[in-house]
Amino acid sequence: MTPLRVSIVAAIAAIILLAIIFELIRSRRLQERYALLWLATGGVILFFSLWRGALGEFADLVGIAYPPSALFVVASFFILVVLLHYSTVISELSERNLALAQRLALLEQQLKETTESPPGPIER
Amino acid sequence: MSVVAETLSEAKAGRVATKSRLAILPALNEEASIARVVREIRAADPGFEILVIDDGSTDHTADEAERAGARVVSLPYNLGIGAAVQTGYQYARNNGYEIAVQIDGDGQHDPGDLDRLLAPILRDEVDMVIGSRFCGERRYRPPVARRLGILLLSAVVTVLIRRRMTDPTSGFRAVNRRGILLFAGNYPHDYPEAEANVLVARHKLRLLEVPVTMRTRETGRSSITALRSLYYMIKVSLALFVSVFRRYPALED
Repeated sequence: MTPLRVSIVAAIAAIILLAIIFELIRSRRLQERYALLWLATGGVILFFSLWRGALGEFADLVGIAYPPSALFVVASFFILVVLLHYSTVISELSERNLALAQRLALLEQQLKETTESPPGPIER
Repeated sequence: MSVVAETLSEAKAGRVATKSRLAILPALNEEASIARVVREIRAADPGFEILVIDDGSTDHTADEAERAGARVVSLPYNLGIGAAVQTGYQYARNNGYEIAVQIDGDGQHDPGDLDRLLAPILRDEVDMVIGSRFCGERRYRPPVARRLGILLLSAVVTVLIRRRMTDPTSGFRAVNRRGILLFAGNYPHDYPEAEANVLVARHKLRLLEVPVTMRTRETGRSSITALRSLYYMIKVSLALFVSVFRRYPALED
């Protein structure tokens, strides 16, 4: 069985994490779509720290002798998923950034052509 | 300038009777239907300037729209329906339009309903009118799963804004200048309609639902596939839940 102290500390940590996520969404510093994975992470940690029997059974199932380690493993897994998700987000952002810069440069060139006087001598 | 003088000068310019109107059509790969929608809007109400927001289409949506006589804003890549629609509201804000109507570019909304949508706004009774597929007689019956989702959402939105809302996911809506300013500055991102309704209500703008006809999609597919429905429900529920704890400043005119 997981030591009670471990469960309490983990539960408090999860609740603090969830509260921070909530506040970030509320103040519009975190978009819902990027918050969902974080909420799942906090929720799962909270679930396993409150329901200690489930953590014990999960540890048995995957062959981890010491249940708190299983909590650690679960948390690590979710953090890995979050990180991987952010890698895809960054890839998408950099691609979009590139497309924007190209489009801006082309627009600038086009604007210069249309606003500048047409080629050829103006004064005679 | 006094209100009277302003009204008079507006009347001279012939603008009281015909407030400047913009139709915003978000379109993603709708080359088969966009031209017809543009022509139908023109036929239903020639007073509309028609603006197609091409949300990163990979087909000839932009060309078709332009050929049919619409103005076209082509986004550099797919930004999602929320950002596309907001671009239209920003165009309306920047160019001084007094009324903006949002209509899907796929032809599922009937431009024949435009009068009905505009009337309460022209009478200055409300700030936003939503075309509902579920109130009134001509009811539309979507598949069970979607119907259930819409029912759930409409219950949540009804509770949040304390007034009955039968079709919170409708993308057929009209707003006045206040609505344009609100949406130009602040519009939800993906799957935005339900949140937009709450936004409008929380900013103390007046809203109203009127019945409209839903036409079955002739081309293309709904952007909401079965796989995305779950994400849709979770994301929108979260956003609606958080909105309860946000404060919304009163709008300045």
